[in-house]
Amino acid sequence: MEVFLMFVKAFVVGGAICLIGQIIINYTHLTNGKILVLFLIAGAVLEGFGLYSKLIEFAGAGASIPISGFGSALVKGAVKAAKAEGIYGALKGGLAACATGISVAIVSGYLVAVIFKPRTKKK
Amino acid sequence: MECYKSRTLTFTNANIIEGYTVAGPKENDGRYKGFFDIALEDDMFGQKTFERAERKMFEHAIDGAIAKANLTTMEIDAVVGGDLLNQIVSMSFAARKQHAGFLGLYNACATFVESLIVGSCLISNGFENVVCAAGSHFSTAERQYRYPLELGVLRSPVTQWTATGVGASVLSSASETPVPRVTRATIGRVVDYGIMDANNMGAAMAPSACDTLVRFFKDTNTVPEDYDAIFTGDLGKLGSDILLDLTRQEGYDISKQQHDCGASLYWDEQQTYQGGSGAACSALVFNSVLLSRLRSGAYKKILIAGTGALMSPTTSFQGDSIPAITHLAEVCI
Amino acid sequence: MDKSITENNVISKDNYKSYVFEKMPKSSHWKNMFWAFLIGGVICVIGQAFIELYKLWFSIEDAAVLASGTMVLIAAILTGLGVYDNIGRFAGAGSTIPITGFSNAVVSPALEFRAEGYIYGVGAKMFLVAGPVIVNGVTISVIIALLTLAFGG
Repeated sequence: MEVFLMFVKAFVVGGAICLIGQIIINYTHLTNGKILVLFLIAGAVLEGFGLYSKLIEFAGAGASIPISGFGSALVKGAVKAAKAEGIYGALKGGLAACATGISVAIVSGYLVAVIFKPRTKKK
Repeated sequence: MECYKSRTLTFTNANIIEGYTVAGPKENDGRYKGFFDIALEDDMFGQKTFERAERKMFEHAIDGAIAKANLTTMEIDAVVGGDLLNQIVSMSFAARKQHAGFLGLYNACATFVESLIVGSCLISNGFENVVCAAGSHFSTAERQYRYPLELGVLRSPVTQWTATGVGASVLSSASETPVPRVTRATIGRVVDYGIMDANNMGAAMAPSACDTLVRFFKDTNTVPEDYDAIFTGDLGKLGSDILLDLTRQEGYDISKQQHDCGASLYWDEQQTYQGGSGAACSALVFNSVLLSRLRSGAYKKILIAGTGALMSPTTSFQGDSIPAITHLAEVCI
Repeated sequence: MDKSITENNVISKDNYKSYVFEKMPKSSHWKNMFWAFLIGGVICVIGQAFIELYKLWFSIEDAAVLASGTMVLIAAILTGLGVYDNIGRFAGAGSTIPITGFSNAVVSPALEFRAEGYIYGVGAKMFLVAGPVIVNGVTISVIIALLTLAFGG
């Protein structure tokens, strides 16, 4: 039951974050890159105040899968390392926390480019 | 407007003896299915890259037009035209195979009509045979102007679809039988009404189309009713609507004559929103449908107005508005 | 918007933008929003399913990181197969904002520019769309961490 509730929360929170993004796109016609950066910064700033972690605790993947979760992870890692190791940690912690995601993206991007070809859109 | 100089040229012997078209698969599924000389099943055209495919389409269109006109490459004096890629590489590279002189032209999607005008000028100055060509390719243009093909984006309802295809015309100073001729042409001026949205090219180009059309009517003392049809290049549905409003304001109602090559190229269910865009629109439609209707007598006198948006991704990113140009040719049989 | 356009019926260079805005077809906002919510939610549920799965072997933090990595991998493959752009065509922000959209933004230019080779094409152009995310994210994380240090957060 608890697991099921977690899925419902993930769906609603994750959907709501995307819905906010869509509303912003509808009214401002922001491009993909700008939307991604906007949500990333939003997540990072919220984490700066310690808020985004609470949302992740509540909604799990619903908050960690959107790109704002990526921004929050960067800040969380950087702040944690900064507290332990000072300036050196502040420079190291963010990327270290997100290294898995970025590495998977780069390596899979490379492999996909080797294996597949871009296709012309039909629609 | 009354004190402007005339921008209209007159030609006596610019005979369009043949037209030849190479169209992409989506274009041949559209409203003009079967009108094209070559319809590709695959827009890679057997090449490794989309850029090479576009180049091969140009080569086939130019050679095809020359052969269809019963000429050889040695009899061509000049090849003129261009495409949408940086440094107009598709047309320039295709012209390597020709013996004729070459003028590379760029006026975005107005390039085909621009090439007709330049070609007619060359004929007036004593050249015998000139090939005019223009075209575009969806996948090369998409990469240069918009996003990578596989990026998931929600397209705005004002977007158009860059058409894949190349059209070529052979102009000749002499013709044994009566053929369509370029009789008059108006050279457009660059008009910028401050539209910033690079998706909304129809709105950016409509004021320039109005400017050139009105200039032509005034220069020649003609009215829209003198023509069987007025084809604009790639204003799309929204751009065409705007054009009708703008010309009506200038005292010319072209709603009965106006058609848009881009807007009419596809069926609605092909999901191109505002219709086609790109240099291929006017080149494909003119060299297939319009020439055959002129030859059959369905049309006797038409206007073709190539419309071009002269922005680049750099100017768009730097927040500049979109200048536009429209060139117009009167074609009669 | 400027009402004078419809009243005087004169379009000029000055009121042209507002005239065009009035004339523009509006995207069906409700439909876009519905799909963004649904697809965004579904992607997060799939992510949650991977978290629950990995939790069987790893700590909750590691499970979340691994789940994100798995989602990135799946999106990369869907991009290669030419599926992801078709989802994005109607899902909009629903497929852009999840980490899978980031993956799509990395993989699609890599794929597109492979014609220019693996160094100047794939290598140089991979972060054409997603680069700003990494650049801004790292910069802001360092700034926030330094601020926390300075003010003892």
